[in-house]
Amino acid sequence: MKRTAVVLLCTLLAAPAFAVSDPTELLPDRTQEQRAEALGHQLRCLVCQNESVEESNADLARDLRRIIRQRVVTGDSDQQVIDWMVARYGNFIRLRPPFNAITLGLWGAPAIALLAGVAAALIAARRRPSAPAPLTDAERRRLADLLKS
Amino acid sequence: MTALPRRALLLAPLGAAAIGGTGFWLLLNRMSEGSYDPHGVPSMLIGKPLPTFSLPGQPPSQGFSSADIVAARRPTLINFFASWCIPCVQEAPALVLLKRQGTPIWGIAYKDKSDATAEFLQQNGDPYTRIARDEPGNTAIDFGLYGVPESYVIDKSGIVRWRWAGGLSEDILHQSLAPLLQSLA
Repeated sequence: MKRTAVVLLCTLLAAPAFAVSDPTELLPDRTQEQRAEALGHQLRCLVCQNESVEESNADLARDLRRIIRQRVVTGDSDQQVIDWMVARYGNFIRLRPPFNAITLGLWGAPAIALLAGVAAALIAARRRPSAPAPLTDAERRRLADLLKS
Repeated sequence: MTALPRRALLLAPLGAAAIGGTGFWLLLNRMSEGSYDPHGVPSMLIGKPLPTFSLPGQPPSQGFSSADIVAARRPTLINFFASWCIPCVQEAPALVLLKRQGTPIWGIAYKDKSDATAEFLQQNGDPYTRIARDEPGNTAIDFGLYGVPESYVIDKSGIVRWRWAGGLSEDILHQSLAPLLQSLA
């Protein structure tokens, strides 16, 4: 029982396994550290490009994590930190690209797909042959006979 | 269903496949030519002034600052390199050639130990006017560097005109760099 409790406690205490392998990287202030992690998750590691700065083990990602934390501690807003990164690496560093003329197609794609789907559905509905004519008396009688037997 | 939509239904996917195929073919073609790199990070510095920095020197060279480069008032190549980087070894002959052609090259050793840099220069030649050291890598980040080697062309008034991420070769020297340097002279 005691052992189970210890194992359970350890599981609960285990921090999520991010690339931050060096505990000295972490900020002592919990809320600041959380903000820094959230920011790191929004930024692309320029070396291993489908990982975020927070997840990557690359040297450059570690440097960028350190800079994020320095800027968070000195009181930069989230937007200021992102802007600082974009000024150096362009919008490419943002894992979530901003909405602008270039990304119009990207962000507009779901709406375009929805409209195309609605249009296709409307066309299909219009094409569908009209409902069949109601049954004649003879047919109705025959149907009743068939259902009875 | 009439004949026309039926034919359209058959041709639409074929047309889409043809357009997509041409697109992919162009993409792959440009990738193999080297004129397109899907992993390339475009530089934000082009047309902007050189970032301000001041770095210590790699002995016996003095360190330098961005102001020193601007004060020289010449089109200059800034080259980030490291002894641990293989393309840096490969680009060394191109840099030596560029120096011989009369372009000043200012080197910045990125995240490298002083002894290792010295050994690298001894083995691969030293084409640099001056060499500074960026061990923490902060100046490199201000340049938007994402790997070594990286080279930047600065014009007479200190504006960044060109960036090359990766090793320089004689081909790049002849095709891109020489015409650019000529136009800046």
